[in-house]
Amino acid sequence: MGGSETVKILKFYPEKCTGCLECEKTCSQVHFKTREGGDKSAIKIIKTGETTYEMHVCNQCGLCIDLCPVEALTRRKNGVVWLDRETCIGCQSCVGFCPRNVMMKSKARIEPFKCISCGSCVRACPTEALELVEVKISDVKEVVYYKQGAE
Amino acid sequence: MIEGQIPVEEYKTGNTRHKWDLEKVKRAHRVIAEYEYKKDKVWRGFANRTLYINLTKGEIKEKKVTEEMKKLFTGGRGFGLKLMWDSIKPSTRWNSEENELIITTGPLCGITQYPGTGKSIALSISPATDIICDCNVGGFFGPYLKFAGFDAIEIQGKAKHDVVIIVDGEKGKITVETAPLEETNSHVLSEQLTYMYASEDSDKSRQKVSVVSAGKGAENSYWGCLNFSFYDIRRKVCRLKQAGRGGLGTVFRDKKIKAIVAKVEHFDGLSNNPADPVKLAEVGIKLHREIRDLDRYQCNMRAVGTSHLVEIMDEYDLLPCENYRFGSFPKASKIYSSKFYELFTKIIPDGCWYGCTMACAKTVDGFEVMTGPYKGQKVTVDGPEYETVAAGANMSIWDPKWILEFNFYCDTYGLDTISTGTAIAFYMEMYEYGILNKERCDGLELSFGNYEAVLEFIHRIARGDKGEFITVASKGIRRVKDWLKKKGWGDPQLIEDCGMESKGLEYSEYVTKESLAMQGGYGLTLKGPQHDEAWLIFMDMVNNAIPTFEDKAEALHYFPMWRTWFGLNGLCKLPWNDIEPADNAETDEPAKVPEHVQNYVDLQNAVTGWNVTKEDLILQSERCYNWQRAMNVWLGRGRRKDDWIPYRSMGPVTEMEYYSRRERYDKQLVEKLGFSEKEVENMSVKEKMKLLYEYRQDQYQKLADAVYYRRGWTPNGVPTPQKMKQLGFTDKKMLDMLQKAIDEDEKKGLNVWGGKYSKGEKPPSIIPRYWEKW
Repeated sequence: MGGSETVKILKFYPEKCTGCLECEKTCSQVHFKTREGGDKSAIKIIKTGETTYEMHVCNQCGLCIDLCPVEALTRRKNGVVWLDRETCIGCQSCVGFCPRNVMMKSKARIEPFKCISCGSCVRACPTEALELVEVKISDVKEVVYYKQGAE
Repeated sequence: MIEGQIPVEEYKTGNTRHKWDLEKVKRAHRVIAEYEYKKDKVWRGFANRTLYINLTKGEIKEKKVTEEMKKLFTGGRGFGLKLMWDSIKPSTRWNSEENELIITTGPLCGITQYPGTGKSIALSISPATDIICDCNVGGFFGPYLKFAGFDAIEIQGKAKHDVVIIVDGEKGKITVETAPLEETNSHVLSEQLTYMYASEDSDKSRQKVSVVSAGKGAENSYWGCLNFSFYDIRRKVCRLKQAGRGGLGTVFRDKKIKAIVAKVEHFDGLSNNPADPVKLAEVGIKLHREIRDLDRYQCNMRAVGTSHLVEIMDEYDLLPCENYRFGSFPKASKIYSSKFYELFTKIIPDGCWYGCTMACAKTVDGFEVMTGPYKGQKVTVDGPEYETVAAGANMSIWDPKWILEFNFYCDTYGLDTISTGTAIAFYMEMYEYGILNKERCDGLELSFGNYEAVLEFIHRIARGDKGEFITVASKGIRRVKDWLKKKGWGDPQLIEDCGMESKGLEYSEYVTKESLAMQGGYGLTLKGPQHDEAWLIFMDMVNNAIPTFEDKAEALHYFPMWRTWFGLNGLCKLPWNDIEPADNAETDEPAKVPEHVQNYVDLQNAVTGWNVTKEDLILQSERCYNWQRAMNVWLGRGRRKDDWIPYRSMGPVTEMEYYSRRERYDKQLVEKLGFSEKEVENMSVKEKMKLLYEYRQDQYQKLADAVYYRRGWTPNGVPTPQKMKQLGFTDKKMLDMLQKAIDEDEKKGLNVWGGKYSKGEKPPSIIPRYWEKW
């Protein structure tokens, strides 16, 4: 493929998060041209306690690439896993098989969507709870389970 | 990445490459009929028209799908039956001018959001059975046909020369063209036509073409299957799924159809214009996740497909070995799924339609062919599935490589692996008894396990060998039984008992001796002994969940209706119960998989915009099921005598079989027939076998009694006009025909129960003509 050996992924600093959801709102602006957030955002901030939060977002593992029946999912030169909406037929295989349930599906359209490491959320976060960090693809890469039986 | 798994980007099949002058091949085509149509949207799952082609007259036209047709026949197989009812006659046989070959889709066919949603249903009058045979088949053709604009394609008449039919959904044009230069065998032909008709020279274009073909074997036997292609963009080969049963490929070639090609411009998960796409995706994602999390603990469909059944069947004494004489075999572990797992090419688990994450379709790529015209070439073998592996066991072939060779040639020649394997197993048993021998088999040494002879037999069929044995044997077990009897070779009773066919169709690959309900599942069927109507062995034999005749009859009502439903909608049955929700065992009716039934209710409502309940789904099927049975009656069959099954499927035919499971049978004589252990000890095996024979035959008749009653039929198995009216049918021709059949049966004294009821036992009803009171 001749692409990058590294990819930028989101890192979350939960102690800095205030739950303002600016990241989600910005993300849905990127994907849906709206500031609704929620099911239109590729990043999800989940409240786990009074003041504690978790982030759910794609880590660019690329397991979904092998799963797509029309090759709508590819790893781009910058290492990011990319869904081509034109090619996608909306089968939801990638959504169902994502090991972290972070291939997102909004009610607004049939094609799923995902984090593309664009950094909008990082810039939008008022408390610097998000950062894009560079990791080796080989450290995050996962492939579809194909063993006979469970291990 | 696991050991042996190959990264997609580095993958090459290693198959032999072909070089054809496709320009020249195409130039040799001559258009003999063409028809332009207005492209239109599919709406709520229906294209709302069907395509009719008459090959004799060169006529092509559209037929409208009415709301009434949807209401009564739902779609898919139901539409197929309705179209045939309007077009054929009671005297129509497989090779009659007016016989039709129909490929239908169904309202849910072609959605991508839920696994198993790309099925076509093919129907025709079968050469094996003289009644309608329906086959449920994967591949891309059905959805593409619908998205090109038609809910079904209906082909009548016969062409003078070999033709291909092109359904071009891009241009909105149908053409029938002579096709003299293409290869006939499927693995080559489907590739030639895919490349020829793809709009561009790209994988994505080739993926939008699907080809239906048969092969040289289909031409020269009654076992012809239809191969439905799906282009694999990763392997870059045309893969094949089979409409296997009942000789539909034989009809196809008799009509001189070389292939049917469908192509689409564009499609996606919304091409059906579903009423509620959000719900579709939601239900789909739920099942994808279930498969992701649970398949590895359940059936391993994603790793080995249906071949996972081999070891289970062997363990439960249900794997047909040496023509169903035994249910397990010492060598069977050589063909367990783990052996095929080693051979399967591990790129990605893949399905035969987009979005099927059940992904049971397996291949062995770069397989070097060992015999016949393609010897030395490297090819992709699709499969083997359980039935094909078990057909190997039936012929006592215990080498996976030879099962692959058998699989490859059956597919490309257009031969059904089930009928071919089951029939050869019978010939082998006859060979063992000396009823057949080398001379009588045109020089073939058809002894159990002789895989070279098996392949040679298949090659001779494909070559059109005119030897007496090859000619008769390629028409299947029923014809060979009659031939052996005519020749005076062997004991006629032994021949009848051993040959595993019913209605003229060969059995599929399960041993049913110890499950009465499953004997009914094979015998009390529409098209013949095929496990797609009911698979009740575990429920009946292992879990003893349906002990009475009434219980079994209820199961033989519900499950055939439920399974029929998949064929009405263009769906695959596997994602219903080859994956189960984690808490399924705790539900009221685990065998029905209630949560998945609800999924299907949701899916049908989400696509069509109807508002159906799970009871409505059964009602949809009941209409279709009864209509098909009624058409069997119309075609001169569909009575109790036609639901006859061979004794090999009920119990031990030979002393060797009795001895092999002696403890089991002796125990039954005590527990079920009421003999004392001492009495049993003093009986000869012959006596014991006779007692068991009479008992089991009577059990089967009593089962038929209960089932006919439950289904709303006469004691002779005829659907009653009263039942048909309850189902909403008012077709006078149909109702009158049934009444006439029942009156004729009455005159012949056939409207009586078949079981022998002793004191304390009751038939399902003691009221004469009970159905008239309904």
